[in-house]
Amino acid sequence: MVTDVRRAPDPREVAARVTDPELPMVTLADLGVLRDVRVEEGVVVVEITPTYSGCPAMGTMRADLVHALHRAGFPDVDVRTVLSPAWSTDRISDEGRRKLAVAGIAPPGRAPVPTDGPVPLQLGPSRRTADCPLCGSSDTEELSEFGATACKALRRCRSCREPFEHVKEI
Amino acid sequence: MHEETVYEALDHAHGGEGHWAFGTGFDEPLAGIDTTVPEGVDHADLGEYCLMLGDDALVLAQRLTQWITAAPELEEEVAIANIALDLLGQARLLLARAGSVGVLGRSREKATDSIPDEDALAYFRDADEFRHTALVEAPNGDFAQTMIRLLAATTVRLAVFARLRGSRDPVLAAIAAKGVNELAYHRDHAARWVLRLGDGTAESSRRAQAGADAVWPLLAEVFTATDLELRLTDAAVAVDPADVRDEVVSVLTEVLDRATLQVPAWPADAPPRGRRAEHGAELAELLGTLQGLARQHPAATW
Repeated sequence: MVTDVRRAPDPREVAARVTDPELPMVTLADLGVLRDVRVEEGVVVVEITPTYSGCPAMGTMRADLVHALHRAGFPDVDVRTVLSPAWSTDRISDEGRRKLAVAGIAPPGRAPVPTDGPVPLQLGPSRRTADCPLCGSSDTEELSEFGATACKALRRCRSCREPFEHVKEI
Repeated sequence: MHEETVYEALDHAHGGEGHWAFGTGFDEPLAGIDTTVPEGVDHADLGEYCLMLGDDALVLAQRLTQWITAAPELEEEVAIANIALDLLGQARLLLARAGSVGVLGRSREKATDSIPDEDALAYFRDADEFRHTALVEAPNGDFAQTMIRLLAATTVRLAVFARLRGSRDPVLAAIAAKGVNELAYHRDHAARWVLRLGDGTAESSRRAQAGADAVWPLLAEVFTATDLELRLTDAAVAVDPADVRDEVVSVLTEVLDRATLQVPAWPADAPPRGRRAEHGAELAELLGTLQGLARQHPAATW
């Protein structure tokens, strides 16, 4: 008789190890996309939130989570979307910020504080700043507010002259 | 069930039947969200209102994507694609909300059962079922006119969404709260282009002014509420577009002033033809591009 003495995996730990499809150096938990993992009557319920309304990776995230939990021995998984409160880059963990920087992507600064009233116009050049993730210089400039994915802007370092991506504050 | 690859997991999530080829993804956008309609709110009204806001975003996204491969610089092409994608995401959530309360128009007569509601609404409604305003439907014109239109349309939408964050419909409120953050980026991006072009060379200024002169008359119907919007405003679900006029006028005037452009005469309010699904001839061509492939191959999967 064979007895399986392995400790049953914690579904929270399994879900927390799933990485982002477009930023594979960070997990969905690092990004704050993973909102909750709990077990309800034998079903693992996972809550995720989209970064942007049009985020095309939500389907893949959902499938990645289901896949990882199935492989860990949880056959019943229910991945739910949470829209409110809206995701903000402030939800990215310190560990997530460190991993982004190591991968050459400048992490976001503090997100603008939402107001109840009208959103003020920002007509000047963006006031965002970001240190170069390659050489550490703070002498960088924004090339474009929009990058290869919805969540990133393009910047260039004036010191080492390398271009880099920046997760923009939202 | 132990799938070996994510693709198998994706396939499994859809019962192993493959996915309809023209959809936006494998997941349902409102999966797991409580879509209960607030007490006393008419389902048909709520659904039609979601179509109005969703169609504004869908049609504007389609117009913007016409710049792909033709934008003046690569970074701008990426920016336009990103803005269109955000708007498409908003449209998807709003059309899914309309579907969740049973507002599907005649789309279900043409779309097969396996096609999600929001895709049926996007691909299988005819022109006389779309409820966007003329502001988003008009052809792009040149790049200056495109940016002026984007500025005007996102300014109106941002003002409406900022107020909708307090809607009694929790789904609409959540979509609006998320959309506000995105629309602020879109509006400011367009506004900076208007500054560059208006206060740029003689040629860029001439084109920006011509763009403003072409876009301003399209604002005639955006501040006019339909009876449906008034009913839902009374129910604290919707926003009366007349309430955003002062804010829109103030923002657009500030941008054009700083761009050294002349603010064109504000048009007199006109009946909300677009909201009543009365559109110009240009819509047929736009929908032909958007819907043609899906309608020719409605059963295609991948």
